[in-house]
Amino acid sequence: MSEALQRTPLYDLHLELGAKMVPFSGYEMPVQYETGILAEHQYAREGAVLFDVSHMGQAELHGADAAARFETLVPGDITGLGQGRIRYTQLTNDAGGIIDDLMVTRRGDQLFLVVNAGQKEIDYRHIGSSLGENVHLTTLDTRALIALQGPMAADVLGALCVQAKAMAFMTMIDAELGGADCFISRSGYTGEDGFEISVPADEAASIARLLLGADRVRPAGLGARDSLRLEAGLCLYGHDIDEATSPVEAGLAWSISKRRREEGGFPGAGVIMDQLQNGAPRKRVGLRLAGRAPAREGAVIVDQDDQQIGAVTSGGFGPAAGVAIAMGYVNPDHVGLGEQLGLIVRGKRLEAEVVKMPFVAHRYFKN
Amino acid sequence: MAEIKYTEEHEWIIVEGDVAQIGITVYAQEQLGDVVFVELPAVGAEFTKDDQASVVESVKAAAEVYAPFDGEVVEVNDALEGDPGLVNTEPEGDGWFFKLKVADPSQLEDLLSAEAYKEFVAGLG
Repeated sequence: MSEALQRTPLYDLHLELGAKMVPFSGYEMPVQYETGILAEHQYAREGAVLFDVSHMGQAELHGADAAARFETLVPGDITGLGQGRIRYTQLTNDAGGIIDDLMVTRRGDQLFLVVNAGQKEIDYRHIGSSLGENVHLTTLDTRALIALQGPMAADVLGALCVQAKAMAFMTMIDAELGGADCFISRSGYTGEDGFEISVPADEAASIARLLLGADRVRPAGLGARDSLRLEAGLCLYGHDIDEATSPVEAGLAWSISKRRREEGGFPGAGVIMDQLQNGAPRKRVGLRLAGRAPAREGAVIVDQDDQQIGAVTSGGFGPAAGVAIAMGYVNPDHVGLGEQLGLIVRGKRLEAEVVKMPFVAHRYFKN
Repeated sequence: MAEIKYTEEHEWIIVEGDVAQIGITVYAQEQLGDVVFVELPAVGAEFTKDDQASVVESVKAAAEVYAPFDGEVVEVNDALEGDPGLVNTEPEGDGWFFKLKVADPSQLEDLLSAEAYKEFVAGLG
C-alpha cells in the first residue's frame, strides 16, 4: 500500500493547463502538457518554459558555525562561499557515495539549501543529526519553487523584476515579485540561462500565472526536464548517482575545490581523495548512438568483443542530436572520446560512441 | 472501404482481401506520448498470434506491438523510419506499422468492433 501522493501549490494550475499528472517522488507532478514533451523541450531551447519544482526540498541552516559545520558533510567549499553565491555539492557517505546532490547558497547569515524531493527526508535527518547543537536546520515547507528556463527567461523575468536581468550565473537575490518576497537564483537544470524562484506557497499560483502571462512563456513538465538535463549532461539522483557512486566516478570532481582536496574532512574523504589521485574504478561517460532507438537505464554496455564493461544510467532520444543519447558507467579502459561501444537493447547490440558531455553546449549567462 | 477492427492491445486492423494493415490506436499513441522510433519487423517474417512483431519507443517508454493473429509480413511502413512522429499525427492512417497476410481467417473473429473497443477504452478510466 503506497502513501497518498502529495500535491504542490500549483496542482490546480497544472490541471487547468491540461497537464498529464504522474506520481513522482511522492508527489503528483505534471509529466507533460498538451503540446507534448518534444515541443516543450524545443521551446526551452528557443523561448522560455516554466517548471513547477516545488516537490524539491528547501531548507535553511542557521548558526555561527553553519558553513564550517556543513563542510563536515559535503566536499564542496562552503566557508569560501561569498554572499549571495550558490554552489553545487553533494552529501557524501563514509564510503564516498552520494546521499544526495544539492545547491547551497549563502543568504545573509544563513545557508539556503535545495535538495532532491526523493531524498529530502533522508537528507534532513542526516543533516539534523550531524551538525551539533549550535547549527539548526529549518525546513521551508511553506515555500514553493518555480523554474523559468530558456534563452528568453531573463527578458521575461527582467520585465517583472529589473534586478533579475543583471544577476550573474549561480547567484541569488532577495526580491519582490508580484508583491511576494522571493529568493531568485540564476541557475537551473536544463543547460540554458534561467532562474529558480523560491516563492511563498500561498502566492505560488499567482506568481506562476504572472510568468505564464508573458506570451513567450509556456509550461513544461518533468518529461522535458529530464530530456533537457540529459542533453545538458547533468546527473539525476537515484539514476546517474546514488549511495554507491562517488563524485569522482560521476565526473563531479570539478565541484571539489583545491582546499577541500588537500584538507579532506568530509565523509568518504579517504576514498574520494584516493580516487582523485589514482583514478576511479569506473567513470561516467556520454554515449551517442548511431540511430534513434533509445537505450534506457539498465542497458548493458559492451566493448568491441561484446564483453560487458558497464551499464547505462540514463538514456533517451536527444532532440538536438536527432539520435538517441545516453550516459552510463564504464571501466576506465573505455572512457576515451571516440571509443566505439555497444549498448544491448532487447538482446540486440546498438552501436554507440563515447562523446564529450554536455551533448548540447551550455548557454549559461556570462556577464 | 473495409471495416476497422481493434484489439485490447490497442492495435487497429483493416483487412482487405487476405492482407491486414496494422497500426496502433489514437488512445495508444496518446498514452505513449511523442514517438521517436519504431522497430518494424522484416518483410517475410512469420508470426503466430501474440508474438512480438514491433516495438514503439516514445520519449517516455518502450511498448511492444503484438501480432493480432497468425500471418506473414508482406509490407512495412518505411516512412516511419524517417518520420516516427506519424504515429502521433496520423495513428490510424499514414502512421500504420506493417501488413500481415492472414494465415487463418477464423482468427479475425476474435477482433473487437469499433464500438466494442470504444467501450473497452472507456472502461480503462
